[in-house]
Amino acid sequence: MIQNLPIFIVIIPLVTVFLIPLVGLWKRDYCFYISALSITLLFSISVFLLNLSINVIHYHIGGWEPPWGIEYVVDPLSAFMILLITFITLLVILYSKKSVSKELPNSIVEFYTVFMLLITGLLGIVITGDIFNMYVFLEIASLSAYALIAVGGKRDALLASFNYLIIGSIAACFILLGIGFLYMVTGSLNMADLSVILPKAYASYPRVVLTAIIFFIVGLSIKIALFPLHTWLPNAYTHAPSVVSAELAALMTKVGAYVMIRILSIFGISLLGDVPIADILSWVAAVAIIIGSINAIAQTDIKRMLAYSSVSQIGYIVLGIGLANQTGLTGGILHILNHAFMKGCLFLAVGAIIYKTGIRNINEFQGLGRKMPYTMLAFSIAALSMIGIPPLCGFFSKWYLALGSVESGKWIFALVILLSSLLNAGYFLRVLEKAWFGKSIHEEVDEAPGSMLIPTLILAIGCILLGIFVTIPVSFINSILSISKLGWT
Amino acid sequence: MANGEITSIVIRTVSRIIIPFIQIFGLYTIIHGEASPGGGFQGGVILGTSIILLTIVFGLEEAKRRIPRGLILVFMSLGLLIYSGIGLLDMLFGGKYLEYTRLPLPLSGHEISALSILCVEIGIGITVMSVIILLFFYSVRDEDAHGINA
Amino acid sequence: MLMELMLRYNYWISVVLMLIGFYTMISKKNFIKKIIGMNIFQTAIFLLYISMADIEGRSAPIIISETGYVNPLPHVLILTAIVVSVSTTAVALSLIMKIYKEYGSIEEDKILEVHS
Repeated sequence: MIQNLPIFIVIIPLVTVFLIPLVGLWKRDYCFYISALSITLLFSISVFLLNLSINVIHYHIGGWEPPWGIEYVVDPLSAFMILLITFITLLVILYSKKSVSKELPNSIVEFYTVFMLLITGLLGIVITGDIFNMYVFLEIASLSAYALIAVGGKRDALLASFNYLIIGSIAACFILLGIGFLYMVTGSLNMADLSVILPKAYASYPRVVLTAIIFFIVGLSIKIALFPLHTWLPNAYTHAPSVVSAELAALMTKVGAYVMIRILSIFGISLLGDVPIADILSWVAAVAIIIGSINAIAQTDIKRMLAYSSVSQIGYIVLGIGLANQTGLTGGILHILNHAFMKGCLFLAVGAIIYKTGIRNINEFQGLGRKMPYTMLAFSIAALSMIGIPPLCGFFSKWYLALGSVESGKWIFALVILLSSLLNAGYFLRVLEKAWFGKSIHEEVDEAPGSMLIPTLILAIGCILLGIFVTIPVSFINSILSISKLGWT
Repeated sequence: MANGEITSIVIRTVSRIIIPFIQIFGLYTIIHGEASPGGGFQGGVILGTSIILLTIVFGLEEAKRRIPRGLILVFMSLGLLIYSGIGLLDMLFGGKYLEYTRLPLPLSGHEISALSILCVEIGIGITVMSVIILLFFYSVRDEDAHGINA
Repeated sequence: MLMELMLRYNYWISVVLMLIGFYTMISKKNFIKKIIGMNIFQTAIFLLYISMADIEGRSAPIIISETGYVNPLPHVLILTAIVVSVSTTAVALSLIMKIYKEYGSIEEDKILEVHS
C-alpha cells in the first residue's frame, strides 16, 4: 500500500469533489465535514511522504513505463510542496466554516466543490512527472480559481474574475505552445527524460528550443504575476471572498514558482549558459520588488495593499530562482515556505476583521488592537515577519537571498532587498500604529470567533517557530538541492 | 410561450423523431471510441446535446419534468466514481492505479484492457452528459431560485 | 530556402490564426468577441500540434496499412486540450451572463463607466 501513496494524493480530493454535491443534496452542512475530513487525511499522508521522499518514489500509472506512460515522482521538493499545500489548506478549511456561511450563504455546496477541485489541481501539479499532465492540472487549478473568485456574485468580483480568465488563458496557451515545441524536437513528454534529451536537441535545433523556453517563461510569469504581467492580481485578490484570497495568495503563485523551478531544471545548464535567462529573471524580479512595495504604500484598502505586497514578495522568490547559486535558491525556496505562512496569516486576520466589523479601509482601523487583541496580534507578528525583523522567519529568507546575491557578485540586489524592507516597514507600520495606538472608534466590536481565530494564531506561531528553528527547514532544503536534480545552479 | 418553447408543429414533430437517433449516435460514439473517431468525451457531448435540443424545443418545464435535478447530480458523481472505482479495483489486486491487466477475469491481456477502457469511457460519457445538461439548465433558469439546492 | 519555407505552410497558417485570435482577445471591447478570439487562438494551437503529427503517405492507426501509421500521441494530447478549452469557454460564458445581469451591458467601456 505504501507504494500507492502518490496516487492517493490526487484521488482523495478528486473523489471528494464528486461526493460533495451528493452529500449537499441530502444535508447542506455536511459538506464542510467531508472536506475537512479529506484534507486531514491528505495532511497525514503528506507527513508520511515527507519521510519516504528521501529515496525518490517513482509511480508508474497503469503499469506503463515512462516515457510511454505518465509517472508521478515524489522527490524532496515535491514532498515539501505537498506538505505546505495540505497544511495551509487544512487551516483555511477550518477557518472557512464561519466565514463562508456569512459571506456566501447561498453557495455553500458550490464553494466546497470548487475549492476541493482547486486542491486537486494544486496537488496534481506538484506531484506529476509528466509535462503535459502538469499543464492539465494547472488548467484545473486555474479554472477553479476563476470560479472561486466569482462565487457569490459581487459586481467587482465578476469583472476581476473575467479579467483574470482572459489573461490566465493566454498564459496557459503559451505554456501549451512551449510544450508543443519541446515535443516537436525531442519526442518525449516525461520531465526526467526531457532533461536528458534536451542538450542534444538544443545542438540540432537551437531556435526551436529557444522559442520553447521563451514561451514557458512568459506564460509562467503571467501565472505567478511577475512585474509587468501582474495586472490581474490586485483586483482578483481584493474582490474575492476572504477565504479565497487567503488560499490563492498563499498557494497559487507558489505552485507557479515551483513549476518555474522544474521547467528551468529541465532546460538545464547547457541552454542557460548561452542565453542569459537567469540574469533577466533576476533583474525583472528586482524591479518587481521595488514597484510592488511602492504601489502598496499608495493603497487605502487593506486587501489591495496586501495584494500589491504579494507582487513584491513574488519578486523575492523569482530573484532567488534567478540568482542561480545554491544560497540564492535556498533563499527562494525558504521564502516560498515563509511567504505562504505570512501572507496566509495576514489574509486570514484581515478576513476575521472584515467578518466582525466590515472595515476595509486602513483609516478606519483605529483602535482595533484593543477590541480584537488576538487577531491584531497575529496580524502584527506576520507584518513584522514580512518587514524582516529577526528572529521571525521573514528575516532568514531575506538573509539567504542577500547572501546569495553577494556571492554571485551582484551587490545591487542586496541593496534592493534592504530598500524594499524599508518600504515594507512603511506600509505595515502605518497599519500597526493605527490599530494599536489609535483612539478606539468602534464600540460594540469584540473578538473574532474561535474557529476563525485559531488557524490565524497557528499560522502566526508558525512564523515565530520557523524563525527560531530555522535550521530545520534549511537543512531540509539543502537535502532538496542535493537530491532533486535542479541542474541550472 | 411562457417558458420559451417553440410552437411550430414541424419543428416539434421532427425533433420528437430525431432525439432518440441522436442519443443512439451518442452511445455509438462512446462505445466505438477505440476503433473509430470518438470516445467518452465526444459521445457524452452528443448525448447532452440531445437533451439541450429537447429543452430548446419543448421548454424548460418539460425537460425538468423528464429529467429530475437530483438524478443529474447523481449521474455526475457516478461517472467519476466508476473511473476511480476501476482504478482502485486494480490497486486491490496488486497492480498500480489503472493497471488493467491485473483484474482476475478469464480473458487475455488485451481484451481485459479493452473492456476496462470501455467501462471508463462510459463513465466519462455519463459525467460529461450530466455536466452539459446542468450547464444548460443553469443558463436558462429563472433567476428567483438560489443555489444548487433551492 | 524559400522552397523550404513554402513547404511548411501548415505552420504559417497556424501562426496567422494565432495572431488573429490573440489580437481579437486583447483589442475588442465586447466580451463575447474576446471569448471568440480565445477560441480561435486555442484552435490555432491545436492545428499546430496536429499538423506536426502528420507524416505524408501514412494512414490513421485504426486502419491496417502497410505504409505505417501517423503518430497518434499529439491527437490524444489535443483531445485533452480541447476539453480544457471547452471548460474555459463554459466558465467564461457563465461569467459573462452574470456580468450582463449585473451591469446590463457587455461592452467593456460601458461597464467601466458604470463601475466608476
